[in-house]
Amino acid sequence: MGKLIYLDNAATTKTSPTVVEAMLPYFSEFYGNASSIYSIGAKSKEAINKSRAAIAATLGARPEEIYFTAGGSEADNWALKATAEAYGAKGKHIITTKIEHHAILHTCEYLEKNGYDITYVDVDENGTVKLDQLEKAIRPDTILISVMFANNEIGTIQPIREIGEIAKKHGVLFHTDAVQAYGQLPINVDEYHIDMLSSSGHKLNGPKGIGFLYIRKGVKIRSFVHGGAQERKRRAGTENVPGIVGYAKAVEEAFATMQERTAKEAELRDYLIDRVLREIPYTRLNGHRTNRLPNNANFSFQFIEGESLLIMLDMEGICGSSGSACTSGSLDPSHVLLAIGLPHEIAHGSLRLTLGADTTKEDLDFVVEKISGIVERLRSMSPLYEDFVKKLQKNG
Amino acid sequence: MYSEKVMDHFQNPRNVGEIENASGVGTVGNAKCGDIMRMYLDIDDNGIIQEARFKTFGCGAAVATSSMATELVKGKTIQQALEVTNKAVMEALDGLPPVKVHCSLLAEEAIHAALWDYAEKHGIKIEGLQKPKSDIHEGEEEEAEEY
Repeated sequence: MGKLIYLDNAATTKTSPTVVEAMLPYFSEFYGNASSIYSIGAKSKEAINKSRAAIAATLGARPEEIYFTAGGSEADNWALKATAEAYGAKGKHIITTKIEHHAILHTCEYLEKNGYDITYVDVDENGTVKLDQLEKAIRPDTILISVMFANNEIGTIQPIREIGEIAKKHGVLFHTDAVQAYGQLPINVDEYHIDMLSSSGHKLNGPKGIGFLYIRKGVKIRSFVHGGAQERKRRAGTENVPGIVGYAKAVEEAFATMQERTAKEAELRDYLIDRVLREIPYTRLNGHRTNRLPNNANFSFQFIEGESLLIMLDMEGICGSSGSACTSGSLDPSHVLLAIGLPHEIAHGSLRLTLGADTTKEDLDFVVEKISGIVERLRSMSPLYEDFVKKLQKNG
Repeated sequence: MYSEKVMDHFQNPRNVGEIENASGVGTVGNAKCGDIMRMYLDIDDNGIIQEARFKTFGCGAAVATSSMATELVKGKTIQQALEVTNKAVMEALDGLPPVKVHCSLLAEEAIHAALWDYAEKHGIKIEGLQKPKSDIHEGEEEEAEEY
């Protein structure tokens, strides 16, 4: 196989070499437990404090409002379950959307089994949350609104400021899963009235196994992992010092390059979208045309199935992902694609390509050429395409 | 996750295409679940399957099982073709991941649906053959998608 063209940066990213470099001393040199009294322990403590402060600054938050976790899923679980528990006496109603990540949706299902009532708000055909429906869903017993900052599959950016205002107006807590957006879009927790925010290190060229939950000061939220006094007694466990240091380094790089990098990615994204829509017939773009993550493109190719497409792309050294049932391990295609109103058979033929900082125009030219050939080949094998062509011919 | 045989039949599928005026055509599956197989059979006067072709909308395993199914029924009698079970297709492909076993069932059903169509067209009854459950008759597709 020749060159690898990695276009699945929404799944995970390559850990940046400078991040690895920053982490290395904290494995074998400054390996002390941050809770210890001796100097290498203090060195760890200092590194954690610095990292926490650097991350807090990017959100307009205070260092003591950042709680490190083992990743985005833990942060989402914590935000929902611990809020439900802490505010359960006030009410048992939570509002979320139909297009959240499974870390939110499956946690909501768990809460439903435990006596909580969840409203799943609809999105429009672009994947934007219906604000009027969201506001109408608020009841006296609503304790939390959780809406993702930007969608991981179709890239649509949500009206977070407006949702934050609605939540504030009604005195309801607001959590956002910003796993895809953090490091790609500027976020200010005060401006957007965000009470809690989840993030994950490996989505922005940081290491895997580290994330954080921002919790606004004053929000009453219980400990999720019980044990030692780490993370202000709210999340026990010896800190993942190399992970935290690497995460902060990745964040530093992501924010230093954000404007230039995302502008370049958005330009390449639009180039990719324009070429695919122009050159491959019976294709649609999923998600909002402009108000989407700078690195996200998501297409549906009619009459073909996504897994076949992914395997054939893989044979050309191209990594992408799909919302087809076969790639999700269930019989249903992606809940996000169904929520924006796609029929099942079109949802099965989806392809998500998420660009990275090192993606080039030449890469995308190669990718478009390959997709075009593969789609044509799969259509020539597809009974759905055969029926479609026959119908066209019959109708002349 | 796929065996070399599956990958081979996916990358170089045998017998892809249509047969004009086929003796029997069967379409099975459901676009909702992401798999549709159509099998064309050409059966001579002695009841021997002279040719088998397919078209498939589906994942790698769906394409590979269709391809293998056409290979297995070619040159066989109708009775022999009925013995090409999903297990036989899976074995010939050196196995399938557990989540893909349903693809091999679909391949078996595609053979049955094509034979059922042949029997109906010729007004004969094939011993041991039942109408496949996931058979899609023309004109029924739209209705099937509504639920």
